[in-house]
Amino acid sequence: MSDVTAQTTEGHHHPGAPTGESEPPPERPRRVFGDRIGSVEVLTAVLVLLVVFRGPVSGAISSPRLQTWTTVFVSVMVQAVPFLVFGVVLSAVIAVFVPPSFWAKALPRHPALAVPVASVAGVVLPGCECGSVPIAGSLIRRGVTPAAALAFLLAAPAINPIVLTATAVAFPNNPEMVVARGAASLVVAMVMGWLWLRLGKAEWIRLPRRHDEGLGKLTAFWAAVRHDVIHAGGFLVVGAMAAATINVVVPERWLLTLADNPVLSVLALAVLAVVLSICSEADAFVAASLSQFSLTSRLVFLVVGPMVDLKLISMQTGVFGRRFATRFSPATFMVAVLVAVGVGAVIL
Amino acid sequence: MNRQAQGVVLLLLGGAVLKASLTDVFLRYVKEGLQPFLIAAGAVLVVAAVMTLVHDLRQQLGKGQARDSADDGHGHDHDGHGPAVGWLLVLPVIGLLLVAPPALGSFAAGQAGTALSSQAISDYPPLPPGDPAEISVLEYASRAVYDNGTSIGDRTVKMTGFVSPGAAGELMLTRMILSCCAADGRPIKLGMTGGAPVDLPADTWIEVTGKYSAKVGTDAVNGEQIPYVDVQTWVRIDPPRNQYQ
Repeated sequence: MSDVTAQTTEGHHHPGAPTGESEPPPERPRRVFGDRIGSVEVLTAVLVLLVVFRGPVSGAISSPRLQTWTTVFVSVMVQAVPFLVFGVVLSAVIAVFVPPSFWAKALPRHPALAVPVASVAGVVLPGCECGSVPIAGSLIRRGVTPAAALAFLLAAPAINPIVLTATAVAFPNNPEMVVARGAASLVVAMVMGWLWLRLGKAEWIRLPRRHDEGLGKLTAFWAAVRHDVIHAGGFLVVGAMAAATINVVVPERWLLTLADNPVLSVLALAVLAVVLSICSEADAFVAASLSQFSLTSRLVFLVVGPMVDLKLISMQTGVFGRRFATRFSPATFMVAVLVAVGVGAVIL
Repeated sequence: MNRQAQGVVLLLLGGAVLKASLTDVFLRYVKEGLQPFLIAAGAVLVVAAVMTLVHDLRQQLGKGQARDSADDGHGHDHDGHGPAVGWLLVLPVIGLLLVAPPALGSFAAGQAGTALSSQAISDYPPLPPGDPAEISVLEYASRAVYDNGTSIGDRTVKMTGFVSPGAAGELMLTRMILSCCAADGRPIKLGMTGGAPVDLPADTWIEVTGKYSAKVGTDAVNGEQIPYVDVQTWVRIDPPRNQYQ
C-alpha cells in the first residue's frame, strides 16, 4: 500500500527500499492530484508561462543558426516518432502477448547458432534504428539470449528491404553498394553477437525494472508502451539535440578537406555517421551526395550509421544501462569500420 | 518522474504530433508520405496517455476504499516511476506547438554544397507541355548538368524557389530536397543570369521564367557544378505548401 503523495511527487523512488508504508492521516482530505505541488503542476506552470511569453521566446531564437537548429531538432524528432512508436508497440506485443516459449522454439538452442538466425531475422523489421532498441530490450526480457538480441538490434535497421531499396535508389550507378552494405552489416551483427558470447557479461545489461506482474494483459500492454516511450524517447531527444548541433555547427567544407586522404576519409565519414545520427532510411542519400569521398569510405558511413550513432548510444544507455553502452558502442564502431573497409576492398 | 507526469507528457507529445500532422506544419520537417504514420503514432501516444491516466486515477481512487486489499500491498507505487530524462520529451512538444520553426532556408543552403550529384539519372524524357514548361529546380539543374541542356533546348521554363546568397553575395535560386527529414535536407542551387533579381532579402520565394544558359559555376562548399538559367522574368510569390522537393 502506498500513500498518495508518493504517486505525485518526484524523488520518492528508492529501488529495493520498501517505501510507501506510511498512510496519510485519515482526517486529511484526499485529493486526486495529490496534497502537494507535484511535477505535473510545475510542468503546467512552465507551459502556461511559455504560451504567455511566446513572442519574446520566439524572438530570442530568430537568428538563422538557432532557427535551423530548432528545425533540424524538431524534424529529427518528428521523423523518429512513428518508428519509435512502431518499435515500442511491437516490443510491447513481444513483452505481453508472445510467450517466452515461442522464442525457445523459434531460435536455435545453441547461442552461437542463434546469433546468425537473429541477424538474418532483422530483414523482417521494416524500420530504422529508433524502433529496434526497445524491441531488443524486450527480447532479452523474454529470455532470448542477449547475443542473439544484440545481433538483431544491429542487423535490423541496416538490412531491411526499405533501407536496401533506398540505398539502391541513392546509388543508381553503383548497385554493388547495396550488396556491400547488406553483407557488411550482416557480418558486423554476427561478429558482435559472437563477441558478446565470448566477452560479454550479463551484469553489464541493466534493463529498467518494470512491474507488469499482476496487471491485466491490456493494462500491461499500455504500461509497457508508456514505459518504453518515456525511456527510449527521452534519450532520443538527447540524441536529436546532439545531431542538430553537429548539423548546424560543422560546415561541410571542413569535412571535404579530408576527402583526399584514404585513411582520414574513412575515419571522417565513420565519425560523421556517429554524430549526424541520420535515420537509416535516409543515410544512403546523404552518403550519395558526399561524392568527393571514396565509395569505401561512404560504405563505412552506411554500415556504422545504423549501428552506432549519438541517438542510439543515448537510447541504449536508457534501455540497457550505462555500463553496457560504454562498452558495446565503441566495440561495435571498431568492428563496423574494419568490416566495412574489408568488404569495400573486396566488392567495391 | 511519476506515472501521472508520464501520462501528461505522452498526451502532450501525441497531441503535438497529431496537430502537426493534421495541419501542414509537418511538411516543414518531413516528407509528405509520412503523414499517415505520424497520425497513427500520435493516436497511439494519446491512447497510451489516456490509459495511463485512467489507470493512475483508478488506482488512486481505489486506494481510498480498498486499503486492506491484499494485492495492493507490494509496493505498487514503484511501477509507475520513470527516469527524469523523460521530461525532455516536453522539448519537441514546445518545438512543435509553440515555436514551430520554419522549413530549412538560406542558412542551411549556405552550409551545404549543392546535392546534384546524388540525383543523377541517365535518361531525360522531353519537358512537360506548356509554354513556359513548369519544372522543378532539381529537374532543370540535372538536365542542365548531366544532359548539357539538350532536353531543355530552346524551351522557356518556369521554376519556383527561394533566393540564397552565394559565395560572392550573388543571388541563387535554391530549393531544398529531402530524402527523409530536414536533418538530411540538401540544397540544389541555380545561378541566375540575364534579368536576374538583385537585392532581394535571403529566403524570399520567387517564380522565375527563363531559358537554358550554358554558363556553369562552382559551389564554393563542395566544388560541384552550379548550372545557370537565363532569367527573362521573375515575380515574388508566397512560399509553396511544401517547401521541399
